Amino acid sequence: MGVGIDVQNLNAWFGKAQVLQDIQMKVEPNKVTAVIGPSGCGKSTFVRCLNRMHETIPDAKVSGDVKIGDIEVYSRGTAAVEVRRRIGMVFQKPNPFPTMSIYDNVAAGLKLNGYRNRRQLDEVVERSLEAAALWGEVKDVLKKKSGASLSGGQQQRLCIARALAVQPEVLLMDEPASALDPISTGKIEELIFQLKQQYTVVIVTHNMQQAARVADDTGFFLLGKLIEFDKTHKIFTTPSDKRTEDYITGRFG
Amino acid sequence: MIRSRFQQGLDDLKEKLLAMGGLAESVIEAASQAYTKQDAKLCQLVFEREREINEAERRIDEIAVDLLAMQQPMASDLRFILAVLKINADLERVGDQAVNIAQRAVDAMQKTRPVDIPVDVPRMTSAVSIMIRRALQSFVEGQDDVAEAVLSMDNVVDRMKDEAFVALVRSMETDPANTRAYLDALLVTRNLERVADHATNIAEDVIFWVRGDDVRHHHGRRLEDKRAADSSKT
Repeated sequence: MGVGIDVQNLNAWFGKAQVLQDIQMKVEPNKVTAVIGPSGCGKSTFVRCLNRMHETIPDAKVSGDVKIGDIEVYSRGTAAVEVRRRIGMVFQKPNPFPTMSIYDNVAAGLKLNGYRNRRQLDEVVERSLEAAALWGEVKDVLKKKSGASLSGGQQQRLCIARALAVQPEVLLMDEPASALDPISTGKIEELIFQLKQQYTVVIVTHNMQQAARVADDTGFFLLGKLIEFDKTHKIFTTPSDKRTEDYITGRFG
Repeated sequence: MIRSRFQQGLDDLKEKLLAMGGLAESVIEAASQAYTKQDAKLCQLVFEREREINEAERRIDEIAVDLLAMQQPMASDLRFILAVLKINADLERVGDQAVNIAQRAVDAMQKTRPVDIPVDVPRMTSAVSIMIRRALQSFVEGQDDVAEAVLSMDNVVDRMKDEAFVALVRSMETDPANTRAYLDALLVTRNLERVADHATNIAEDVIFWVRGDDVRHHHGRRLEDKRAADSSKT
């Protein structure tokens, strides 16, 4: 089951430049939360702070508290690897391991964690591909075809299956459909909507219509600040902040 | 499921609008009966139901606005939601007409002696409620031919109203002591004729949804053209 995310006083820097300022956000469990805003507003940095990806960049710094379920992401005793296991991530450009078979792509995370039992692996691979709505399309070529041989949309669903295989509680998606055609985008959106039954999903998107279609809650970022965070239908029908209104009506950004 | 969630929203909208349509139809019949039978209880029922209709109107508007904002409907989906918004407003106005009629009934009951009215209100009511029912039926099934039939019925109701006006004005002249009662009847007739206009609007909106055609304001001519064309064929 998904868990909630509680962000308190989150700040982030690249060198001396502060890219996130005092972010407070409570993400509900088993909901889809969209993060929208113009380029450079800090939305990607924000999600990368949730699973400690931000600190992998040289010179990058974070302060504040992030709680995911019962783990304090930035407490001294918490290992980054453990955080990233519990929080799956899917990126803009599908990035399957190109030479590995479809099967091995999905099983990679488990093998890395020491799983060797064949039957168990088979089960997880099937379940994950099923959950990513890809099973039907690849079940006959699991070990024959490589990850790179799939179409862009299929590759993205393969990456989602790979993220799901290690049974995360939260799924972060950074522009998961922006490199895909409308049909594949539609499939990913349907998938996101289904995934929330089992996971908490946070999706970064610059496609506002996508946020409107898939998200329960939406946060609008501007210049490193969270300007407004509310139910999606509220944000898209009667936003409280003038800046949100201006952005979603296309007056700037 | 994005599309199916959207479809669910559209189905929900349709269902709520039909429930509201059922209320509107029943409230017109109740109001008319309250007037002809001088029934105070029925008047109360009309006032209560009208409040329910208003509530339904707000709810339907809310759902429609959410769907427009969140799902970016296109083509027939877009026309459907626009049609629902307009039909919604028409049904709410039908409720208002029912209240006007019930109000006339309340006024009439305060008179000591009932007056014989030279208008067949039940007959006009049944014509009007058939129009509403057919208009809603065309909406349920997306049948533009049923909607077309509603448009042609509007002329019948208009004629009933014109005849009623002539008869009532004559009664006022020959029996001026009861002018007030005749005037009430005239207003009721006009309310019913307005309901027929709303049914016509609903039918036009259904045609817009189904075919994408705007048949407002010149439908009479179009229908006559069509009939002329049909008869020249035979």
